[in-house]
Amino acid sequence: MNEIIDGFLTAIHLIVTFDPEVYEVAFRSIYITFSATVIASVISIPIALFLAFRTFPGKRTIINLVHTLYALPTVLIGLVVFLMLSRQGPFGFLGLLFTPGAMIIGQVILIIPIIIGLTYSALVALDPVIKDTIISLGADYFQFMVSILKEIRFVVYATVAMAFGRAISEVGAAIMIGGNIRGYTRVLTTSIALETSMGNIELSMALGMILLFIALTLNFIMTSIRRESD
Amino acid sequence: MDIMVNRNFLLAALVLIVAVFFCGCTSDGGNDAAPTDSGTAATPEFLKIATTTSLDNTGLLADLKDRFEEDHDVTLQIIAAGTGKALEYGERGDVDVLMVHDRAREDAFMDNGYGINRRVFAYNYFMIVGPESDPAGIAGMTPEDAFVTLIEEAQTNPDVVVVSRGDSSGTHAKEQAIWASAGYDYATEVVGSGDWYIEGGQGMGATLQMANELQAYTVSDSGTYLAYQGDIDLVPLVDEGDVLLNIYGAMMINPEKFSYVNSEMAKEWINFLITPETQQVIADFGVEEYGQPLFFPSLGNYEILGVTREEAESPIP
Repeated sequence: MNEIIDGFLTAIHLIVTFDPEVYEVAFRSIYITFSATVIASVISIPIALFLAFRTFPGKRTIINLVHTLYALPTVLIGLVVFLMLSRQGPFGFLGLLFTPGAMIIGQVILIIPIIIGLTYSALVALDPVIKDTIISLGADYFQFMVSILKEIRFVVYATVAMAFGRAISEVGAAIMIGGNIRGYTRVLTTSIALETSMGNIELSMALGMILLFIALTLNFIMTSIRRESD
Repeated sequence: MDIMVNRNFLLAALVLIVAVFFCGCTSDGGNDAAPTDSGTAATPEFLKIATTTSLDNTGLLADLKDRFEEDHDVTLQIIAAGTGKALEYGERGDVDVLMVHDRAREDAFMDNGYGINRRVFAYNYFMIVGPESDPAGIAGMTPEDAFVTLIEEAQTNPDVVVVSRGDSSGTHAKEQAIWASAGYDYATEVVGSGDWYIEGGQGMGATLQMANELQAYTVSDSGTYLAYQGDIDLVPLVDEGDVLLNIYGAMMINPEKFSYVNSEMAKEWINFLITPETQQVIADFGVEEYGQPLFFPSLGNYEILGVTREEAESPIP
């Protein structure tokens, strides 16, 4: 019990004194996951629009696949991205393995299905009257898409926030793709795993508290968005 | 329509920002990258080192890294992975230098043309650690006798539990070697032979902590054990026997196999490890904190290690 209390107090100390190592790791986590979330959103939202408003053979299969990939195990992403980016792999010439860029790629793969799936669900649940109204107002294709997205923007915000939370809390792929290099690819989750194994419980707890704080902040944002939308 | 244009513009700007972000973090590296003259080198130099966990968990490597980076315009990127995984990274050409401790697999690695210019730079001893109560009664035995006793006692005494690294690390390889010389077939007679044998699948520090939680026996290098001694209750029970010698070697990845490896800096790093100054740092490391050295220098000890003098002391030309 003492260990936990001591760890807690030291963790608070590390946070309030702006311990450079703690903050460096935290900012790197946010930076990598933010980049991944933006990239994944830019890719996924147009795909969700396409799936929702076009019919083509095999569409149902694709949607089922997307839903299945919600549960994509992160270590599997780690393995596949490792094999792709390793010097012996097809993209080895890029020299990306064990870099933050590689970790971003892993997180993008992780959250694309979530963003596509949830955005798609919101789009198909949209009242058809709204769609008809937008079209009857003479909107072209692009205007139609933008107006539709505007209708479901709260769902999109919440989805993106959720994807961010999923990506930043992931450890399996991060450690395999990033290599947990201090000062380069070490992020909150990989750091907690390592520091705990090294007996640095205080540092682990400080990092864990920051991770929790980020999650709570996200949750707060999502809740207030939902309230605003009601 | 204006709004539309603005949105287009915003989207384009967003993509651009992302692109810049992405390039920034893939090419110019970490926050502590050494600053470079804008006129000469475009990107700071990196040296990727895959290492056994013991060198990293004890803090020795972090100490040596700081010293090396002071004099060299390079950022060391240390990937602590265990010897098996480090060798795998080496065979795939994903790193520049290996720092490992499994002579047999290192030899095979070099015979296959992946590694060159090995130098041994430190050694210590493996030990069998376990609970102070020593339920199997192995204290003071030879390593082989201790293993025979452990497996026999474990059949009847549920308090006798062994935690293995189980991760094909150098320590795991040593454990398997001891099982073999004790007369057991590791794959059929030890693995899966009962609840007494636990394959942890983690690094040395994590394995010691697991063994401590379970009050179990495990094999550890003396350096990591000493570094963790303050946090755990386990005591060394067997620490004498030729088989327990633990030799750390560093080698370069062969640039003839992988042309892009940073062999110039790899050579500098390995030569740095065997300089008398660094050897002294290794000899002194941990003495103040733990009361005794965690590693012994290879300098002057090549006969104990059973290697050529060249492998311990001659810089790579």
